[in-house]
This record gives sequence, structure tokens and C-alpha cells, in this order.
Amino acid sequence: MPTVEFAPALTRHVPCAPQAVEGATLRDALDNAFLAAPALKAYVLDEQGAVRKHVAIFVNARQIASRARLDVPLRQGDKVLVIQALTGG
Amino acid sequence: MQTLWVGTRKGLFAVRQAQGGWRIGKPRFPGEPVSQLLVNPYDGACYAALRLGHFGVKLWKSMDGGNEWKEVAAPAFPAKPADGPWKDDPTPWTVDQVWALEASPDDRLWAGCLPAGLFTSRDGGASWQLVESLWNRPERKEWFGGGYDWAGIHSILVDPRAAAHVTVAISCGGVWQTRDGGASWTNTSAGMVADFMPPERREDPDIQDPHRIDQCAAHPDVLWCQHHGGIFRSADGGLKWSAIANPRPSGFGFAVAAHPTDPQRAWFVPAHSDGQRVASEGRMVVTQTKDGGGTFSMHAEGLPQQDAYHLVYRHALAASADGMTLAMGSTTGGLWASDDAGDTWQCLSRDLPPIAVLRLA
Repeated sequence: MPTVEFAPALTRHVPCAPQAVEGATLRDALDNAFLAAPALKAYVLDEQGAVRKHVAIFVNARQIASRARLDVPLRQGDKVLVIQALTGG
Repeated sequence: MQTLWVGTRKGLFAVRQAQGGWRIGKPRFPGEPVSQLLVNPYDGACYAALRLGHFGVKLWKSMDGGNEWKEVAAPAFPAKPADGPWKDDPTPWTVDQVWALEASPDDRLWAGCLPAGLFTSRDGGASWQLVESLWNRPERKEWFGGGYDWAGIHSILVDPRAAAHVTVAISCGGVWQTRDGGASWTNTSAGMVADFMPPERREDPDIQDPHRIDQCAAHPDVLWCQHHGGIFRSADGGLKWSAIANPRPSGFGFAVAAHPTDPQRAWFVPAHSDGQRVASEGRMVVTQTKDGGGTFSMHAEGLPQQDAYHLVYRHALAASADGMTLAMGSTTGGLWASDDAGDTWQCLSRDLPPIAVLRLA
């Protein structure tokens, strides 16, 4: 199974431990990860289902190409990391 | 004793009135931008809307006067339609900011947002519904942002005589009213003039930029508007707005507070001009009219009168229910209060984060 981990910048708002989840695509894996912390979904995705502008998602240390297309195929053991992009002041 | 709630760019502060003055407490939501506040006068619930820079809009609620808070649902748009008249809508269907938050006596909450979606909750913020009758008005295609990328709803007035009568103000989209609880809407901006527009469009009701509107609680047909192009007043519930001639020291500003009982009185915090959004000549003043806008008095006692370049934004001037206590906060972190209806002022801090919104409760 892929693993999904949310960075501390997110888990300080909604606690969620790293977890192994089912999921053939990134969207499936995220949806399954959000089952453990439903409130976290609105921190990562906007109401249209796109990754928020200041959030970045990496699969095996490579940032995904599109905020709106989360049908990225995942394989056994893939590592998904969701972080806060650096912005603001 | 009153509490002055101060929503800032870096947290929510409760400033409590005690013997000997006002005391600023430790911030709640430290470091987080607070865009709007509500203390529901009907059930005492407190709401704080956060605009997290990275993680979207969040809404928190307290039922014990601000000690314990829990996150509740935030307004959110439905899925953007893939067909129909709005399929190519350039406005994002994502809430960027809760810009207005009000309660009505029929247990409803109203939230105005950037972009200009109006939402309502009938369960104390557990869920929100987009008011599609306003969002789907074809005139929305004419609305545009004033200071932000998209038009937004910053003022919501619930008629104390009839909860189904709600007035909202949109920058830039004019003033809209419903008399049937949100089922249908009418633009009520006649008389407003947008002098920055092409001559043919200056009186177009759908592009007016009311920076803020407020109503006299005891005489709700009297409305005041600090508009981008000056000060306007209506004595007939907004059917017709009249420009106030030559308010001193300028007609530009964001904030307005209507006196709660006297329909002839209102307070403003003028800025120099559209091009210089700071106090005129580095001297901060609050202005007041007691004769419906015929004349204005300027109040400077207790306010900085030299090298003071503050701006009081649209939600950062508050008046108590009896009209005696006033408070205002600036975008450079100055906070002042008055206990004599705005005649004289006391500085509570010049060191807070940028202040977006004040509420007295």
C-alpha cells in the first residue's frame, strides 16, 4: 500500500499520523487518508477538489504536475507527502 | 463590562473593560489571520472566521464567551457547473475569505464572502448553503473586485423588524436587498455615483462600490454608506441614496457606524483620498454628523495628531448598542476606544497586528 504523510504545518491544525492506505491513484489514497482525519480534507483541497494554491504534494519526492488532476497512478510502497508551500509574511 | 473583540492579521484578541481601563488579553489563534467576527446577540455564540494563508477559510465557534473554541463548517461553494450560463465563469468557486458575518433573530446566520457568495446557516454554523438566487443573478457578470481580485460581500444588514428583509453590499456590485429571506433580490443602489467609471456607467447600480453600509437599529429605514466616491445616506430603506456634500476633511474612507438610536447621527474615519489611503496630513480624526450629514464635527482629542498614517478599514469601527462606547483599529495596529460617543479617545495600543475587524459585546 502507498503511505500518506501530512507535514506538521498541517497536523498542527488537524492531527493525523502517517499511514498506509489503499489507493490505486493519488486521489483514492488521499480520500482514504482523510478518513482518519476528515477535517483535514478542507485544509488540503478546496471545495472544487483541487489542491490549495499554497499546498504542495509530492509522490516519491517529486511534486505532482497539476493541482486539479489527482488521478496520478500509485504503486505499492509509493510515498505521498503533503506539505505547506512557502508563502506569506 | 464590555468586551472588545479584535480580529487581526495575527490572531484574535479579547480586550476586556475593567476598572481602570481596557486590558488586552493573550491572542487566540495566535499567528492566524482573522477576517471576520460575530457575537450572536440572540444566543451568545461567538464566531471567528480565519483566512489561513495556506489552508483556506475556517470558521470556529465558542459557546462560552471565547474560552473554548471548536471548528465548525465554513462556507464553501458547490461544484462549479460544467455546463449552463456559468460554465465559463472566470470567478473561482472557492471561498477566499469570510468578509461579513451576521445573525438574524430567526436563528439564521448569514456569511458574505470573497468572491461574492452569500451563504446562510440554519444550524449555528454546522452547515452552510450558498444563496443561489443572488449568486446566479446575471448581473454578477458585471461585478468586479475593489481592492481584491474578485467582488465580495462585506456588509449584511438584517432588518430588526423583519428577519426576511436582508440588505447586502458588494464591492463592486452595489447594494442588494431581499424581502423574502433570500428567495429573490433587488438592486437598491439608485443615487450612488461611481466617479471612477466611464461617464456612461457612473450611475450603473451593478458596479457601485459601497465600501461599507450600516443601518440605524432603531430606525432601520435609515442607511448610511461610506462609498468609494463619498458618503451616501438613505432614509427610505435604500430605495434612493443621497450624496452627502463635501464632508470634511474628505469623503474618502472605509468605515461607517450608524448611531443605534438617532437616525441623524453617524461616525466616519476619513482618509485623505483614494490615492492616499492614510489620515489627512498625518492627523487622525473621527468625524460625526448629528444632522443627517448636513454638517460634520471632527474629533481629534486622544488621537495621534502628528506623523500618524493610519487607515481604519471597513470592519474596524464599532459602536456599542447604546452609542456611547466606540472603538476603532487601524491596519497598522493602532487601537482606540471612546466612552463618550466619539468625542474623545483613548489609545489602547499602537502595537497590535493589522486590525481587520472589531466587535463590541
